Amino acid sequence: MYHSLKRWSWLFLLPTLAAFVIAFLIPFVMGLYLSFCEFRTVSDAQFIGLQNYIRAFSDTSEFLSALLFTVEFAIVAVLSINIFGFILAMLLTKGIRGTNIFRTVFFMPNLIGGIVLGYIWQLIINGVLYRYGYSITSNAAFGFWGLVILMNWQMIGYVMIIYIAGLQNIPDDILEAARVDGATNSRLLFHIIIPSVMPSITICLFLTITNSFKLFDQNLALTAGAPGEKTSMVALDIYKTFYGRIGYEGVGQAKAVVFFLIVAFIALLQLYLTRSKEVEG
Amino acid sequence: MKQSLLTKVIMVILLTLLALLFIMPVFIVLMNSFKSKFSISQTPFELPDNVTYVGLENYTSGISDTGFFEAFGWSLFITVFSVAAIIVFTSMTAWFLVRIKGVFTSLLYYLFVFSMIVPFQMVMFTMSKMANILSLDNPIGLILIYLGFGSGLSVFLFAGFIKSVPLGIEEAATIDGCNAFNAFWRIVFPVLKPTAVTVAILNTMWIWNDYLLPNLVIGSDYKTIPIAIQYLKGGYGSIDMGAMMAMLVLAIVPVIIFYLTCQKYIIKGVAAGAVKG
Amino acid sequence: MKRKIISFLLCVICVLSLFTLAGCGGKKQSQVYFLNFKPESANAYKEIARAYEKEKGVEVKVVTAAANTYEQTLKSEIAKTDAPTIFQVNGPIGYNSWKDYCLNIKDSKLYSYLSDKSLAITDGEGVYAVPYVVEGYGIIYNDAIMKKYFALGNRNNNISSAEEIKDFADLKTVVEDMTAKKKELGIDGVFASTSLSAGEDWRWQTHLLNVPLYYEFRDNADYEDPTIAGLNSKEIAFLYSNEFKNIFDLYTNNSITPKTLLGSKSVNDSMAEFALGKVAMVQNGNWAWSQISDVSGNVVKAENVKFMPIYTGIEGESGQGICIGTENYFAINKKATKEQQKASLDFLDWLFSSETGKKFVDEQLGFITPFNTFSESEQPADPLAQEVVRYMNDEGVESIPWIFTSFPSDVYKTNVGNALLEYVQGDIKYEQVLKTIKDDWKSERK
Repeated sequence: MYHSLKRWSWLFLLPTLAAFVIAFLIPFVMGLYLSFCEFRTVSDAQFIGLQNYIRAFSDTSEFLSALLFTVEFAIVAVLSINIFGFILAMLLTKGIRGTNIFRTVFFMPNLIGGIVLGYIWQLIINGVLYRYGYSITSNAAFGFWGLVILMNWQMIGYVMIIYIAGLQNIPDDILEAARVDGATNSRLLFHIIIPSVMPSITICLFLTITNSFKLFDQNLALTAGAPGEKTSMVALDIYKTFYGRIGYEGVGQAKAVVFFLIVAFIALLQLYLTRSKEVEG
Repeated sequence: MKQSLLTKVIMVILLTLLALLFIMPVFIVLMNSFKSKFSISQTPFELPDNVTYVGLENYTSGISDTGFFEAFGWSLFITVFSVAAIIVFTSMTAWFLVRIKGVFTSLLYYLFVFSMIVPFQMVMFTMSKMANILSLDNPIGLILIYLGFGSGLSVFLFAGFIKSVPLGIEEAATIDGCNAFNAFWRIVFPVLKPTAVTVAILNTMWIWNDYLLPNLVIGSDYKTIPIAIQYLKGGYGSIDMGAMMAMLVLAIVPVIIFYLTCQKYIIKGVAAGAVKG
Repeated sequence: MKRKIISFLLCVICVLSLFTLAGCGGKKQSQVYFLNFKPESANAYKEIARAYEKEKGVEVKVVTAAANTYEQTLKSEIAKTDAPTIFQVNGPIGYNSWKDYCLNIKDSKLYSYLSDKSLAITDGEGVYAVPYVVEGYGIIYNDAIMKKYFALGNRNNNISSAEEIKDFADLKTVVEDMTAKKKELGIDGVFASTSLSAGEDWRWQTHLLNVPLYYEFRDNADYEDPTIAGLNSKEIAFLYSNEFKNIFDLYTNNSITPKTLLGSKSVNDSMAEFALGKVAMVQNGNWAWSQISDVSGNVVKAENVKFMPIYTGIEGESGQGICIGTENYFAINKKATKEQQKASLDFLDWLFSSETGKKFVDEQLGFITPFNTFSESEQPADPLAQEVVRYMNDEGVESIPWIFTSFPSDVYKTNVGNALLEYVQGDIKYEQVLKTIKDDWKSERK
């Protein structure tokens, strides 16, 4: 059997692998290399060592402030999305009439694309702020909370679905037994329910963290970084450095490598931490 | 869990209010798409009245400014074929990687998994450069790019499921005289169908809404819906709020239709995709 | 079952062959590929391309970059195998970034048409970019509203028409008095919104800043040409900082829009306000005529649309005209094939010298061109273009050239725009704007 499979390996492996190498592997390696180069197009790249990395942090403060903004945003967004999503999931697993309709509605925004979402919320937030004589670009805080609201609207339904799946997997008799033992609601929540949905929490945290860090379309459409790049998140800052400035291609690529390392580190750390909790649970 | 009727009623009311809040933004955009472009940004919460109602004007001007139907066509073409290619090829690859144990295959598997966490910005320039050099900067070539860039998650999901499929069924098939390729499509793939649905849905959501990748690779010649909408903002001197609202509605409508028809699969697919992750 | 497999195999083969198709067949090299800078001319260029193909049988591909993304688009397009054959640079700075791609077009017909050869961008013996349009900007005013104002009995000054406004003091008196009487005049503000949202702030960070910096560079004894002086300035003193503040504050204090909302306004918004007669003045250039005339419900009559110089309070400004110059230069891609270069130059030659081409330039593009192929009568008919021509020919005033082509970078302009936005919102003091204008010049120039 597996002999036969090996004979067919060109068909099983080749198309995906070729596409993967072209669309990901070569660009990734090339990107790593170019981050140490000065270049306009690829063919004129010249090796300059760590200079791009130094310039990424020293030329302007934009990259650091974008990083900070992204981290703050990620913390607020991840917490709020998961808490609200979890509460909704709890409510919708209590057998209320119309659960399906509610679930459908709450999940709906998740299918709308980032650019479209950005413009929808720009309209609404500007409409509200206009009454008080402001607009979303008046103050970086408006942009920040605008992004948080947008992200919540988009992601709550998504994590809710995952939490519902997790909650439905808890056997009823465990809950019943605990209740018979006289466990209070909060004990029930923290000692039975949350540990049993730990796999869902892992995946929800992973999804929301990586999505928050990589946010681009929504950022571009909602504020495009205004006022004064104060609401530029890392992905947008990299894009603007790379395509917006002549002579900064290498710096942009270096920022991208730093960004990749941060995302990879956080994602792995989070997976490690919550997975270890899962084992204990 | 037992609850009194009262708490149940309160909860239903609460959820209903929340649901209305969730639909509100879409409704506001719909409402504004019928208003004249100068009465949108300052008073987005007012219903159109005799003065501000402009009928379908925003739709006609928006469609002609953005070339909406063309953009819709490209979005559909790219999404359908990319998703089809992803399902066909990554399911086979995942099966191969799981069933043939070796250093090479497990290395490959981890490379695929690794690619999932790499932010697009890391490869945005080099990938579009690659696409250009290899003449893949057209809608058909873009399908190949999506297959490559989307293979990480899809291989991961398929592989996760295949690991739980017993070896026996395939072996029975090979004894029957099938070659590996036939065995896969006759025996294995039907078993993988639920995962295929998940993979299809996750990739559809991604590709249909993707902006930066198609913009960098084919944006100057072919516009997908997100590109057309973003272009509406920058192009033509400045933003036309009326046309923008109309285009937002037109961008949302197909998504909602798709969602309502395949709702069951989508929600199941998302939950399944997550659990296996 | 067998049939299923066969159909599936067919599908796979289809998909595979699609890939090969994509790889081999899909590409066709455009003979002429023009990357257009002006979004407002996008449709006109498409029509021109169609007409050219019909007449000469040569296909012209036109791609228009979205507003404020020209450099980004050019950067990604020029790296492609099917690169633009005609692109544009915005002046000496732009030429510097793209000089590896600029063909020497000294022997081209296009260059030979140029009435004033000094306008072209030269480097040593070569000519690398040729301007194709002359534009002017200033304060556009609606004379109907001004006449209404000057007919009022209770004015606090004795200026009697808009033409009599000859310096900043006059302008300030009139504008502030108009603001006080805006109900009587039926307007919501004197000036249209000072649009400061991202990408919509070029009227201030570029065009308005041009005025004080022009005077500074003009007085630089080392260089005769103020643009060259600007290009060679490693730092600036920003001598006329107060004058810049004068006019900027006048715009925002007498605006139709509260200061905190200016960050959400676009150029289109302000042109619509002007077109609907809600304001009397707006700073913009002759290209804005189409934006004014296109607004539905437009109440401004063509004969009432006039230009006034941008007065700031600098000494001797009574003889000042409007700002006239260009930031639009055609360059031909040096890395394109010989045939493409020739085809591209032929296309431009046709556009600016054939009867059909010139008609498009006058009527559709509305360009005042610097070429001698256009006669006096062949100038655009729109009122603002005619005002520009009037100011150009007026011996009594001195136009301000567009020295902003010597500004260090786009990032410089963006930073100044951001500072102005924060200033107008009250987040920072004017001193910080001043600091940005000076410090960023130095840091961006290096």
